[in-house]
Amino acid sequence: MSDSMLNLSAMQLDAIREIGNVGAGNSATALSQLINKKIDMDVPSVSVVPLADVPDLVGGPDTMVAGIFLRVYGKAPGSVLFLMPRESAFYLVEHLLGEQKSADGELTEMDQSALMEIGNILAGAYLNALSYYTKLTLLPSIPAMAVDMAGAILNVVIVQLGQMGDHALVIETQFLSEDDGINGHFFLIPDSGSLQIILNAVGVK
Amino acid sequence: MAELLKVGIADYKVGKSPATIISYGLGSCIGITLYDAKSKVGGLVHIMLPDSTQARANENPAKFADTGIPLLLKEVIALGAVKSRIEAKMAGGSQMFQFAGASDIMAIGKRNAELAKKTLQKCGIKIASEDLGGTYGRTVEMDLTTGLYKIRTINKGEKTI
Repeated sequence: MSDSMLNLSAMQLDAIREIGNVGAGNSATALSQLINKKIDMDVPSVSVVPLADVPDLVGGPDTMVAGIFLRVYGKAPGSVLFLMPRESAFYLVEHLLGEQKSADGELTEMDQSALMEIGNILAGAYLNALSYYTKLTLLPSIPAMAVDMAGAILNVVIVQLGQMGDHALVIETQFLSEDDGINGHFFLIPDSGSLQIILNAVGVK
Repeated sequence: MAELLKVGIADYKVGKSPATIISYGLGSCIGITLYDAKSKVGGLVHIMLPDSTQARANENPAKFADTGIPLLLKEVIALGAVKSRIEAKMAGGSQMFQFAGASDIMAIGKRNAELAKKTLQKCGIKIASEDLGGTYGRTVEMDLTTGLYKIRTINKGEKTI
């Protein structure tokens, strides 16, 4: 079953895109309420990419990003990643904690904790919508966070998938706040096998 | 300008002086180099998992420590390296995220390092130096003229092993 995801039909891709749309819509609303700003989101893109190319989705393996990572437990396990440039992480911290950050400053433990909580809320909103839509129980793990090279952060997800295949199905949504302060990418990456469960749940063969 | 050979995840490259081999953004993955200082021939393999016998998708030998290292060894010898002179260096194997109650998959970096060492020993290759573990990403490159292995990080500076 390793790389059967390479042969998805147009109808299946549409269904996955719609699932991503519902989840991301819920997340965007949650984020908007948190920082009291309008948040725009893209139509989710669904792609099946070779594992080695996953870091290119966020500007290459060398790009520095802030990443919040959660595992999804339940009927269709997978990984959720919220990646954003460092500036966006600073912006979020400023709006949440009301503190001014200098551009070359570091994220304190308090800042990181606040960002993880955002990841928690966004992933929770996303998975809630997904659960509702598919009637599958999906629960987020405790979030973890790192500010580092995109490639290194994505390793966590890639390793998981690498045992089963050489491709990843990536459901990606871009968030943009009205003042351009936040430019984040939200990734849902189902484990191998989970995709079929999700598709079955929404009745797409 | 000397040639720059880029190595992706689960990939390898071999070359000769004056080329440089580089691999970007390693987390739990490990960049293992084999180098013969006399012929100035070397190679780098970017492995992501320890054991090919425990994975369902194992068509690509460069993905695993236990198959990637013998493959790289064969290729550098084919390019003119002499086995008795080959030395290994390696870096990576970090744990990017700390979880309470983390699953095995979180400690994959450590397992990668263990099996890489064991495989090198089995192949009879000496490990000249290493920079393993931690909680941060690394970009690694080897200059095939000098055999120096440079490691760049975002918060922990740069070092050469």
